[in-house]
Amino acid sequence: MASKGLRVLSTGLQPKCSLSYRGLFQQLAKGGTVTIVSKRSCSYFTYVPEEPPETAGEVRQMNLCQAVNNAMEIALQTDPTAVIFGEDVAFGGVFGATRDLATKFGKDRVFNTPICEHGIAGAGIGVAIAGSTAVIEMQFADYIMPAFDQIINEASRMRYRSGNTFTSAGLTIRAPSGGINHGAIYHSSSPETFFTHMPGIKMVIPRGPIQAKGLLLSCIRENDPCIFFEPKILYRSAVDMVPTEDYMIPLGKAEKIQDGSDLTMVAWGTQIHVLRDVAKLAAEKYGITCDIIDLRTLNPWDMDTVANSVVKTGRLLIAHEAPYTSGFGAEIAASIQQECFGHLKAPIERVTGFDTPGIPHKFEVFYKPDRWRCIEAVRRLIMPKAIERLETSVGYI
Amino acid sequence: MTSRSATIFAASIALTPLLQLSEQEILRIYKSMTMLNLLDQILTDCSRDGRISFYLTVEGEEGAVVGSAAGIEPDDLTFGQYRESCGILLYRGCPVNSLVHQCYGTASDTHSKGRQMPVHYSSTEFSSVSISSTLATQVPQAVGAALSYKRARNGRVSVAYFGEGAASMGDVHAAFNMASVLGCPTIFFCRNNGWAISTPTQEQYKGDGIVIRAPSYDMKAIRVDGNDVFAVLTAMKAARKICINESRPVLIEAMSYRLAHHSSTDESTYYRSPHEIHYWRKHDPITRLHRYMENRGIWDAEKEEEWLKQANQLIEEALVEAESTKSLSPEAMFTDVYEKMPPSIEKQMMETKLHLEKYRDKYPMSNYLPWN
Repeated sequence: MASKGLRVLSTGLQPKCSLSYRGLFQQLAKGGTVTIVSKRSCSYFTYVPEEPPETAGEVRQMNLCQAVNNAMEIALQTDPTAVIFGEDVAFGGVFGATRDLATKFGKDRVFNTPICEHGIAGAGIGVAIAGSTAVIEMQFADYIMPAFDQIINEASRMRYRSGNTFTSAGLTIRAPSGGINHGAIYHSSSPETFFTHMPGIKMVIPRGPIQAKGLLLSCIRENDPCIFFEPKILYRSAVDMVPTEDYMIPLGKAEKIQDGSDLTMVAWGTQIHVLRDVAKLAAEKYGITCDIIDLRTLNPWDMDTVANSVVKTGRLLIAHEAPYTSGFGAEIAASIQQECFGHLKAPIERVTGFDTPGIPHKFEVFYKPDRWRCIEAVRRLIMPKAIERLETSVGYI
Repeated sequence: MTSRSATIFAASIALTPLLQLSEQEILRIYKSMTMLNLLDQILTDCSRDGRISFYLTVEGEEGAVVGSAAGIEPDDLTFGQYRESCGILLYRGCPVNSLVHQCYGTASDTHSKGRQMPVHYSSTEFSSVSISSTLATQVPQAVGAALSYKRARNGRVSVAYFGEGAASMGDVHAAFNMASVLGCPTIFFCRNNGWAISTPTQEQYKGDGIVIRAPSYDMKAIRVDGNDVFAVLTAMKAARKICINESRPVLIEAMSYRLAHHSSTDESTYYRSPHEIHYWRKHDPITRLHRYMENRGIWDAEKEEEWLKQANQLIEEALVEAESTKSLSPEAMFTDVYEKMPPSIEKQMMETKLHLEKYRDKYPMSNYLPWN
């Protein structure tokens, strides 16, 4: 990310050359003409660690980034054809996801490429065509776009168009995705639906370290090309006691992480943790209990788990950071209303990012589908006749 | 004649003396080129007749394509654009009827199970990667495959084919750069045939063609007369040696001329003069090789007639077979999206099956195998 440097506010006070910047700010504050605004907003969720399975052997504390690193290490250990490449992966990557892998496995297996996403994706497909395993990194999900042609026109189509003679089975594409409070327009994207709209490729998004390790290993070993988006805000803040063994979590299966009877909530990645808080709030405010379902795999998604829950509760709330129009919530809503129409007690609610071309820097605090917007949706779901519509140009909030 | 630059790029690889090819090898090359040319003509007629939906030929460039295939090993993985696969496959021994089945999209289409347009061939048996219509996407893929081969030390190279028009795509720059930096044994083979649909080279690039770009990537390169099949073969063999021995890519720019229309949907006299086409027809690679073979005494009019009769018969048999073979049942529309069919696709498939049972008289079901 570009560092913009410090800008000096013009207040009439003339800083002397010997003043440090901290001293300058103290002077500005004393001057009374400038209010020091509070720093970056705090995280809008609480991460609740996942308990490791009872059958797990040795466990080790890992954050999500370390869990991803561990999965890749195991992949390199168990698959001699596996290679990892992308921009800056050799020294560890800009988030540290590939830390120490080049040292442990050598530079012919973990190496940098020139800055060229479509070259990286194309070469990854080529490695897969040759029968080897490629785990490629896009530095940010925002920068996956130059690779779009290779992913859509080549990786996704290879098996189908060639009558199953060639495949991109050995290809996994990893990228950090989602908002991080200061990432703004080009470091916060959740572009999953550009790819869920393409049959032939799988889309997986984990909610925490235990999940990330198992799901990434599944992606790497899956006989289909996979995209694995890692919520970057969880890289450090999500910490689990993660089994050190080689394990996989199946793709295409959602997980119900909380049981309830009145309302179904569906999300993936970071948003799951927001919904946990919302479910607590809903219990306090309205005395209701909620099913919380983590989709985990968006394509192909586990409609049965969601539909079975909605048949029970009759109410569905879907939440995601990606924009409203054509977000994955639209797909879930359309499918569930078709499958479960007679069981619905209220229209399906989607609480999402807004239809702006990116998360705007200073306004991220309003943009996110936070607990307050979600609890309002809960209120509408349980009191459909009392829905109040604000008189805004949008017509709803 | 198009006013392309006549600059001869100084050979930066040492050419071996003209290889002494056996009569058998020369005949194999000639028969591949002529079979290719004949098949192109006949399938073009089929497309005009509406028997197949589309076709494109490599007329005028048979020397570049077959010469390049003759210069590499049978298991070197080729990544064609769309004009090269037919010639490579024929040279490598792919039966003619296999190719015709693909163009007809029959149940015997092993290249694409009826899912792709004609000429989009794909063969693991003959090491020719599935063709896609998107330009230049195959070029960085060849780099990845070569990377894998280098690691595996299996002595194979990959070959990426593209036209001078596709060379304008970013994927080609990406591939050149990555192959050079990572030291991949890839041969980049550019068919500079003068035209990209209706766009002549002077509207495609300002520099001296494609070969001139190589030094900026520290890549060895050579420009050859693409209509001299022996020159192409020699350059290809030399390039392959460099790839294997030095673990680095090589670029070959084969200068040729697209005698063909771009494809069956194109009428090239709209944008180029018939005189130009007529000029290049006199310098086409098949005529040149034919003349060489006659001069060497290994070919004559009688052998030519015999061979053309044989070739025509093979093609005719392939056509009859394809015309009388149905396409796969509509179930083939839904398989191979993933390794295993997910529930969502299975649902769509079952709904379609029921729909087709109910409305079977509204669809051309007799052209397809029954859906069990």
